[in-house]
Amino acid sequence: MDFLRPTSWAEALEAKAAHPGAVPIAGGTDVMVELNFDRHRPEALLDLNQVTELQQWAEDGTRIRLGAGVTYTRIIEELGDPLPGLAMASRTVGSPQIRNRGTVAGNLGAASPAGDAHPPLLATGAEIRVASTRGTRTLRAEDFYTGVKRNALEPDELIEAVVLEKAKGPQQFAKIGTRNAMVISVAAFAIALDPEAGTVGTGIGSAAPTPRRARDAETFLAGELAAHGLWETRGAIPDSLTREFGERVRRAASPIDDVRGTAAYRLHSLAVMARRTLGWAWADLQNDQRKAS
Amino acid sequence: MRITTTVNGDRQDVDDVWEGESLLYVLRERMGLPGSKNACEQGECGSCTVYLDGTPVCACLVAAGQAQGRDVVTVEGLAPDTGQHDDLHPVQQAFLECGAVQCGFCTPGLLVASHDLLRRNPHPSDPEIREALAGNLCRCTGYEKILDAVRVAADKLDGAPA
Repeated sequence: MDFLRPTSWAEALEAKAAHPGAVPIAGGTDVMVELNFDRHRPEALLDLNQVTELQQWAEDGTRIRLGAGVTYTRIIEELGDPLPGLAMASRTVGSPQIRNRGTVAGNLGAASPAGDAHPPLLATGAEIRVASTRGTRTLRAEDFYTGVKRNALEPDELIEAVVLEKAKGPQQFAKIGTRNAMVISVAAFAIALDPEAGTVGTGIGSAAPTPRRARDAETFLAGELAAHGLWETRGAIPDSLTREFGERVRRAASPIDDVRGTAAYRLHSLAVMARRTLGWAWADLQNDQRKAS
Repeated sequence: MRITTTVNGDRQDVDDVWEGESLLYVLRERMGLPGSKNACEQGECGSCTVYLDGTPVCACLVAAGQAQGRDVVTVEGLAPDTGQHDDLHPVQQAFLECGAVQCGFCTPGLLVASHDLLRRNPHPSDPEIREALAGNLCRCTGYEKILDAVRVAADKLDGAPA
């Protein structure tokens, strides 16, 4: 096995081009488990810790460009205001030790349907910037996941950054698990509201072969909120509407039974999480209005 | 491959490291530092917690090559080295006094995690202690004695340099 230690992004891309079978490693929280249990013996490890370009985030107008090497701990500590949904999901990742090493790009690289970062990426319309020596391309998060633990990366490509809009309204995240730490989610849900554009974003985790949006639920809720004038008045959302939103989120999922939970439980919990996160997000919006007036 | 790293303040050069092995394996099997424990090998239990450039991490999830040129502190490096065999850091003393150690397997990781918590937050609330230790599993004590130990350690360290 080779151990490749590029010290710049250009070197990293050249290394990946020369060794397409090399497995990129940043925090190691997924890759090292595979190695420790001898499940996988790649031809090389490509260590990205020395690539300083990846360890940074930056503001870019209305967006945040999150370098692939930025850890969950840093997202929680530094990006809670502009990226509340992702920061909330980051708080539920593993343990302090895991959050000190793990990265959103690692979640994307592993592409497990249970990755905690995926639902807020989907709900906020995040884009994934990937690169190779051939050039750079940008994919929408929803186009990045192609199957269970499969993603749209070509063998010579590496994830460079995740680009997210700074929050334009309330964002919430909920996750079902057996305890408050070290939990692979049984099901997870993220919601993002954009009151100015009148749009709703959603993301479902652990309840389909890939993380996915509940598009029908999004358009339904955005349309009904507009029809009732609620985006302007920010009045209470009728229970019937909240319940129907939960129902439509449930219908967007296609979970399986596995060791962590049954498909039926996942569907039920998704409907509940959709209702609750909408309630929390709407309360946030109402509080903002009260503060402003 | 050869790995050069600073461990508990001393430069360590190790040869013939396999590229796929973990920092934990290097510490225990190649450097003779068995304080960090090898239990789950998947980041679940926290018993291999060490500082890597001042940040607590699971040593089992750091590839050996990723420790090249970096600074590692293990449980063996927490206490000041005064040449006495029984030198202990106040966090270690508190664990002994409170009965927070039974089989001892989780202890090294809990000590490093507690040490880090009190460094960042000298007066943690109970929820903050629980959150900070959420990545460290103990199957003996039921955690109550461990929480006691962290509170006692916070008192011991109050006003004293960590």
